[in-house]
Amino acid sequence: MSEAALPELAAVPWRRRETPRTLRTRARLWTLTMVAHVVPFCAVAVGMFLIEPLSAPVSLIALAQAWIIPGLYAVRGANTVKPRGARLEQAEPVAQGLLGDLLGHDARELQRQTGLAMERGGLGVWLVGERGALLVVPGGRVVHCFCVMASDEQLPPSDRIAHLLLALRTDEQGFATVANHAFAGAPWRVRRRLTKRAKPALTAAVRAARSSD
Amino acid sequence: MSRLIRMDHTGHSTLAEWTQEDQAAFAAAVTAFRHELDQGYIGVVTEGEGRAMQVHDLPADAELVIMRRPIAGG
Repeated sequence: MSEAALPELAAVPWRRRETPRTLRTRARLWTLTMVAHVVPFCAVAVGMFLIEPLSAPVSLIALAQAWIIPGLYAVRGANTVKPRGARLEQAEPVAQGLLGDLLGHDARELQRQTGLAMERGGLGVWLVGERGALLVVPGGRVVHCFCVMASDEQLPPSDRIAHLLLALRTDEQGFATVANHAFAGAPWRVRRRLTKRAKPALTAAVRAARSSD
Repeated sequence: MSRLIRMDHTGHSTLAEWTQEDQAAFAAAVTAFRHELDQGYIGVVTEGEGRAMQVHDLPADAELVIMRRPIAGG
């Protein structure tokens, strides 16, 4: 990745530049958030059952809440790379050709199969989609989900990916700073909410992140 | 042959082509490049695998210069 600062950083002067350290902090805060949601509901479920076994249905509802709420956050993360917007099927082959030229052979094949472009960077392994990106940090235990997109709504899908890819390659930390952080958690949480088509991309990114640790 | 392209609703459009020897074609490419900058586009040159660089002036020796729109958090 290049060292020059991304020009879009001027639009978000209040944000601290993302680094491996700030990303670790974000991941810990998300873990704490999950614990803060899960533990009270589990405590309520167990406590109510111990006090009054007849309240078991209420305990089950509390346990369901403990399962569902973290899942909703993961859905939010997975949705960042969900294909959205006009498909522009006439322009897409041209855009796909340019994107293919920007990617190496393996990344090109993966992108054609999954819709996500894999890019290795200093912060980890990225999966770039049309309106967002996933970052699997070295070791493969945490995935960060980012909402970010090109400012032109009329672009074909592959051009949207190419925009993000070029910005990422210009300034990786700047890219992570400009993007809105949506979620951080274990890859399995995000993977099960991805589309069937996109799942192999996250599997490949986790494998690559593990090998780079 | 060097090319200046813009990513747009057609996939991409070729705005200019030039060679090192053809100064007139390069001058036309510089004019096209500046016009795109004025329209809010950002010039990018790829620098091999995984690397790209923003350019404020059109590099005569670049094979491919790509104009992209700014990105923003969604």
